[in-house]
Amino acid sequence: MEVIGERLNGMFQDVGKAIVEQDKRVIQDLARRQVDAGARILDLNVGPTAEDAVAAMKWLVETTREVTDAPLAVDSTKVAVIEAGMELIGSKGMINSSKGDEDSLDKYMPIAAKYDCNIVALTIDKGGIPRDANGRMEIAMRIVERAMIHGVDLQRVYIDPVIIPCNVPDAGHHPGEVLETIRQVKLISDPPPKTTLGLSNVSQGTSQRNLINRIYLVMCLAAGLDSAIMDPLDKDLMDAMITAELLLNRSIYCDNFLDAYRK
Amino acid sequence: MSMAFEIPTERWSSAVNAVTLGATAASGGTRTSTVTVGGDATLPFLHFEGATPNRPVVAMEVLDVAPKEWPPALMEHFGDVIDDPAAWAKKCVEQSGADLICLRFLGAHPDGPDRSPEECAGIVKSVLQAVGVPLIIWGCGDFDKDNNLIPVLSQAAAGERCLLGSAVQDNYKTIAASSLADGHLVITEAPLDIQIGKQVNILVTDMGVKPENMIMYQTTGGLGYGVEYAYSIMERVRLAALGGDRMLSMPMLAVVGSECWRTKEAKLSAEEAPEWGDAAVRGPMWEATTANLFLHGGTHILVMWHPQAVAQIKRTIADLMGEGA
Repeated sequence: MEVIGERLNGMFQDVGKAIVEQDKRVIQDLARRQVDAGARILDLNVGPTAEDAVAAMKWLVETTREVTDAPLAVDSTKVAVIEAGMELIGSKGMINSSKGDEDSLDKYMPIAAKYDCNIVALTIDKGGIPRDANGRMEIAMRIVERAMIHGVDLQRVYIDPVIIPCNVPDAGHHPGEVLETIRQVKLISDPPPKTTLGLSNVSQGTSQRNLINRIYLVMCLAAGLDSAIMDPLDKDLMDAMITAELLLNRSIYCDNFLDAYRK
Repeated sequence: MSMAFEIPTERWSSAVNAVTLGATAASGGTRTSTVTVGGDATLPFLHFEGATPNRPVVAMEVLDVAPKEWPPALMEHFGDVIDDPAAWAKKCVEQSGADLICLRFLGAHPDGPDRSPEECAGIVKSVLQAVGVPLIIWGCGDFDKDNNLIPVLSQAAAGERCLLGSAVQDNYKTIAASSLADGHLVITEAPLDIQIGKQVNILVTDMGVKPENMIMYQTTGGLGYGVEYAYSIMERVRLAALGGDRMLSMPMLAVVGSECWRTKEAKLSAEEAPEWGDAAVRGPMWEATTANLFLHGGTHILVMWHPQAVAQIKRTIADLMGEGA
């Protein structure tokens, strides 16, 4: 599974402060630690505090690039920020993300095609987050259709079925619907698009965040999830992921299999 | 209406490590040539799918003591040099174009001549003088003896980027330390077991040896003695490497010569087994066929004995690399 490290996000206080103060040390330390912990891609989000988001994203990309050549995901709701990031990163980059309505897809898919990079697309559109797997699949199919129209290789498309916190009233069915969506996305095309998930959202506002993240990640992996945006510095979470991959026969056992993943 | 046929290809996320053996004067050694293996970004020889930047190579094995029971098919080629490892190595390079020399110290074994590390180090030096190709230096297989022997041999060849054999799950520390101290590479060995193979690789990297300085070896037998299982392990190792398993991404080595020439099919004379045909043809064929199979399994370094088998496999490699006429 591809771990997309979520920690370089301005929503976290330490990162937000570092971006405002242009403190490279904090950013580079987090970049290194995430890669060492097993992140394969690093997500970059300048958060809400940056005044000039485009300049902040450029600084964040360059600062991270100085310490790692891991692929980077540019995480923003603003097209200009995405463009600025992708211009620096190119085909080793990932756009995070486009919504699943036609207008958004027609804005972001051409950028993915232009830079031949990966793109995350959410199963959310102007009607919001669908109630069930069927609604999510309807949007997933639109995502695939627009990707094909704009010439984006489907193996570069990561569909995120959007999980909402498990403590939201009357939303307890969502984790199950997301699992079903993960399974069904694999049937859309051959080769199918990939799947990813903003994992930590499932536990937002709960009293047992790490436990819920950990258990849900394992369930998603068993359903066929290809990647997740998550915290690689949560060692228990990473151990659970590595062990699940082993039990799903996606890696080869050896006595030090936990260390092997981190080599 | 005609449609162009497009061969379906797999997209791999990773590749086998590229590993360079031998150091020339420019990098602190005395070798006249170096050998780089690995770097494959596809299954063996699927050139339409991904790059195979380096061709597989042949290491010819030289023993520190004259073998007692070699059949005539081998003796006719090596009889004149069998007591002189330096001359033996030179003959392999000059007459058979060996890419590497694999020097194995069977004579150091406590159950055999029990040669001293210093005496063996003299042989290493004489072979380094006699040939310009990189060396594989392999101990006797007795843990205690090898732990005394390898550091001395390693030092005798310091800076030459030799490949030292071999680190196993229960005995890897001395050889790993020697490789680090003297600038060599390490062969990690496992008993036809992919899990143990991966584990040894982890243990050796934990000692500080870089994955780029390691070659993997799964023990195996000659054709007819479990090669299918060896092949399937090689295939799984390659798939793991292409899938990004860093602890199974080292290039692979296979010991072909000594394993083949231990089989009755290779060594029985025509008098003993008249229905099997001419022994002078049969033995080399047995070795070449085994090597061919391991080549297709994804082996990067074939350790071989018979000149005719070597000539045959070199032609096969050229063909598979698209260099054939």
